[in-house]
Amino acid sequence: MTTASISVSETPLVLYVLRRADDALILGHRLSEWCGHAPMLEEDMALANMALDLLGQARELYSYAANVEGKANDEDKFAYLRDVRQYRNLLLLEQPNGDFARTIVRQFLYSAFADLYWRAMMNSADAMLAAIAAKSEKESAYHLRHSSEWMVRLGDGTEESHGRAQGAIDDLWSFTGEMFGIDASERDLIDTGIAVDPASLHPQWLKTVSGIVSEATLALPKSDWMQQGGRSGRHSEHLGHLLSELQSMQRMFPGVTW
Amino acid sequence: MATPNTPLWEVFIRSRNGLAHKHVGSLHATDATLALQAARDIYTRRGEGLSIWVVPSSAITASDPSEKGMMFEPAESKIYRHPTFYEVPEEVGHM
Repeated sequence: MTTASISVSETPLVLYVLRRADDALILGHRLSEWCGHAPMLEEDMALANMALDLLGQARELYSYAANVEGKANDEDKFAYLRDVRQYRNLLLLEQPNGDFARTIVRQFLYSAFADLYWRAMMNSADAMLAAIAAKSEKESAYHLRHSSEWMVRLGDGTEESHGRAQGAIDDLWSFTGEMFGIDASERDLIDTGIAVDPASLHPQWLKTVSGIVSEATLALPKSDWMQQGGRSGRHSEHLGHLLSELQSMQRMFPGVTW
Repeated sequence: MATPNTPLWEVFIRSRNGLAHKHVGSLHATDATLALQAARDIYTRRGEGLSIWVVPSSAITASDPSEKGMMFEPAESKIYRHPTFYEVPEEVGHM
């Protein structure tokens, strides 16, 4: 690692956009790790497609964040030259792929949220965020459909697939609360109609998730203790490893292009 | 790896300006819903289609290649079935 990290002026809007951009980049990167390794060719393509959807969302959001910040940063610098503590993504999304069931459960829990979130954000008072939302909504709607179908087949499949899917739900559940939390910096954006209050999406999210989980003959954990930290840069040990791979080229060969 | 239990499906896509669904290839999926999704993910990534059909390959009844003489050769000598023996009047122009 030879290139220094950038500094970012995290005004409320820059921070807000970076958080969503980081969500998309990190989950997209996790999905891209499946490329060439999925259980079957068809699913290999499906996961890579979703990864590319998310990468596209990340690029638009990073570019917009750079625009709002108005400094020398750009999408590449945001992605490649920030340390782990500067990343603002949800902890859920950096969790390792594990087996196919775990990847699907992670995707399902997040897509059920992202679908509602982007649909609501289409009414954002911020024209750029509304435009990004309009494009992202169609993508996340399909991610939800795809992961829902697999949830049902894994849960209501064999004893083995049921056990793995249930284990993944149990392990990942405590990361879902972070999707619905806000901090002081987001309050103003919500009050001015730029952002949506994620708490308002929770009832519908829970309804969607409970419906599919029960159709899949799986169960939601009873525990309501929720892990926080990703939004303020306090990450699990997994994100550093992910970034060391994602950033290795730019850190070793600053500004390299090909 | 597709297991022997994963059925094969044939995929038909109707393109943006196409009138009919055309066969584009095949894939493995456990059921019709997943076959449709896999078809979307594999065969429409570059904006190829507006409509997808998936059909279980086992539902297709195919002609037997060993019978191609009986099946197709009789038609080869009936060139009068091609509409190439008519004089098109000048006034008609390009058809």
